[in-house]
Amino acid sequence: MSTVVSLMPRDRSPNVEALRRDQSRERLLLFSLCSPGLLIVLFLLFLPIGWLFFFSFVDGAGNPTFEHYRRIWTEGAYVQIFAVTFQVSVLVTGICVLLGYPLAYCLSQVSSRWSGILMLGVLVPFWTSLLVRTYAWLVLLQRRGLVNSMLIDLGIIDQPLRLVHNLTGTVIGMVHIMLPFLVLPLYASMRSIDMTYLRAAANLGASPIRAFWQIYFPLSLPGLVAGLVLTFILCLGFYITPAVLGGGRVQMIAQRIEASVHLYPTWGPASALGVVLLLLTVAVLLASHWLIGAWRRRIG
Amino acid sequence: MERDKAGVPAGKALPVTIRHLAKHYGVVKALDDVSLSIAPGEFVTLLGPSGSGKTTLLMTIAGFARPNAGSIMVGETEVVRLPPHKRDIGMVFQNYALFPHMTVGQNIAYPLRLRRIPRPEIDRRVERVLELVQLGGYGSRRVDELSGGQRQRVALARAIVFEPRILLMDEPLSALDKQLRERMQIEIRRLHDQLGTTTIAVTHDQREALTMSDRVAVLHQGCLMQFAEPRRLYERPANRFVAEFIGESSFLPVTVEGGAARYCGQVLTLAEPAREARRHLLLLRPEKLVFLNGTADPSVENRFVGRVVDAVFQGESVLLTVVLAGGDEILARLPNRQLDRGGVPAAGSEIHLGLSAEDALLIPGED
Repeated sequence: MSTVVSLMPRDRSPNVEALRRDQSRERLLLFSLCSPGLLIVLFLLFLPIGWLFFFSFVDGAGNPTFEHYRRIWTEGAYVQIFAVTFQVSVLVTGICVLLGYPLAYCLSQVSSRWSGILMLGVLVPFWTSLLVRTYAWLVLLQRRGLVNSMLIDLGIIDQPLRLVHNLTGTVIGMVHIMLPFLVLPLYASMRSIDMTYLRAAANLGASPIRAFWQIYFPLSLPGLVAGLVLTFILCLGFYITPAVLGGGRVQMIAQRIEASVHLYPTWGPASALGVVLLLLTVAVLLASHWLIGAWRRRIG
Repeated sequence: MERDKAGVPAGKALPVTIRHLAKHYGVVKALDDVSLSIAPGEFVTLLGPSGSGKTTLLMTIAGFARPNAGSIMVGETEVVRLPPHKRDIGMVFQNYALFPHMTVGQNIAYPLRLRRIPRPEIDRRVERVLELVQLGGYGSRRVDELSGGQRQRVALARAIVFEPRILLMDEPLSALDKQLRERMQIEIRRLHDQLGTTTIAVTHDQREALTMSDRVAVLHQGCLMQFAEPRRLYERPANRFVAEFIGESSFLPVTVEGGAARYCGQVLTLAEPAREARRHLLLLRPEKLVFLNGTADPSVENRFVGRVVDAVFQGESVLLTVVLAGGDEILARLPNRQLDRGGVPAAGSEIHLGLSAEDALLIPGED
């Protein structure tokens, strides 16, 4: 039987057409499964962004204009706001790394029972409403709040510290809210690092500190960069926490966009700010993508 | 001294002396008072089933597990309390543990970098050790570009490049396929003869242990069962565990009275006179049994009559399951070249098996 089949010319092999049809039918089925999601992305993401983009280039009378972008570029206030946004984002991301890296490391090292309990500590605030947590910080940090009265009672300070309605309050609140976004991807990547690498390093003569910096840290970098980028991008567009805890003294770009909506009769100025923020975000993403890619190429 | 022939300074190899090493995990004794004396330059394999304590023993030598008691001397140095990075012991890990963010060359250079050896010297030594493991010119390759066998060699190169005081290997060949494993066994042995470093390897593969080692330490439930040369381990196992773990074996209950050993009333002629004890077992290696049907070979002192239960053709031999007159089941291996003469005995047929006195070994029976 087998010799008969192998002697047949290739195009007369059995079931070629039918099998090809089966495969394309399967593909179509898979595509139809994800099409609702694709449609939602198309209508709820790309169309609004398209409108935003369009409005940023027209004036009140509907004529095309670069006026909104010119204003952003020439008026110092806007540049200042972008600078503050970046400063706050860098500061918050930096503090998140300093707090989150040891936390993620600890989570990845302890037994699964303890990591479950500790993980709950990270996730429960994460599940709580953003607004609730922000106002909770307001209560804690205000002039006669829990933190100040405790410090005064303990005799550490005489006058209440100005912890809120300024940069300090904004940063404290944002760090608290952003921390899980850094810790979760970092923890996931740390869990996948084989600890025998550290044993191998020790065996080859590396002290624990050297083994950490030369072996563990480089291997945890992809997770760290992923968490860092996520945190930084979320910071760039953050609205509620800076608005509540900054008390108007810390103006970030999202607040400015909100103000522009009320201030100007058209959508143009707010749209232009939104487009600039979007482009900056994309730039950050591309830069980090390129960095990770370069690192991957280096280590394989 | 083989190693002197290879032209390696004989003074470099160090002895390893392990005394009364104990390690408990709760009530489980992973190591139960283990003592071992390893000669300078010796290749020793720790052999045992999983859970026998062989890996724990290796990890305590490397410093990754802290024993509850005992002493580990490498040369004149007590290392049992030293942290791993101060022990200067090379190790090949089971899955090689090659750093994925470094090239082959960087991996091998790492222990040298840690020792602050100047750059040109590092490059020279990396290239030399790569040639030694037959990977010359692979220095700039990425680790994930290598095959399993090549990774194995890189791991070996990294473990020996800094000239450690002793070398450890944790199941070094378990991730390789059978053919490559057998080739690497010979290669590791050759490399060891060239370097002369005292080497301790762990394996659960008895053939690997017999092939590579000068001496094999058989462990079982945290206890050292026997520590001897491969040949002695096979021919003169100290107890039933070693006899069963290494090679094929069957056992016959034997009584010893007045210096005469008997199986079912039949007096046995033994290699060594039997000591008085309550119970003994006669060890039968299947391939040592001689097929006697129709012939009366006078050079074979002991003769057993039985009935063939099962005959399995295995290529180079036929494995027979035979029930003796006393009801005990034994295995016998009939070499392929004897088949022409006698043919494969059919199940149910009577068979006469011989065992020469020098192959008749008594081992202590369990109480």
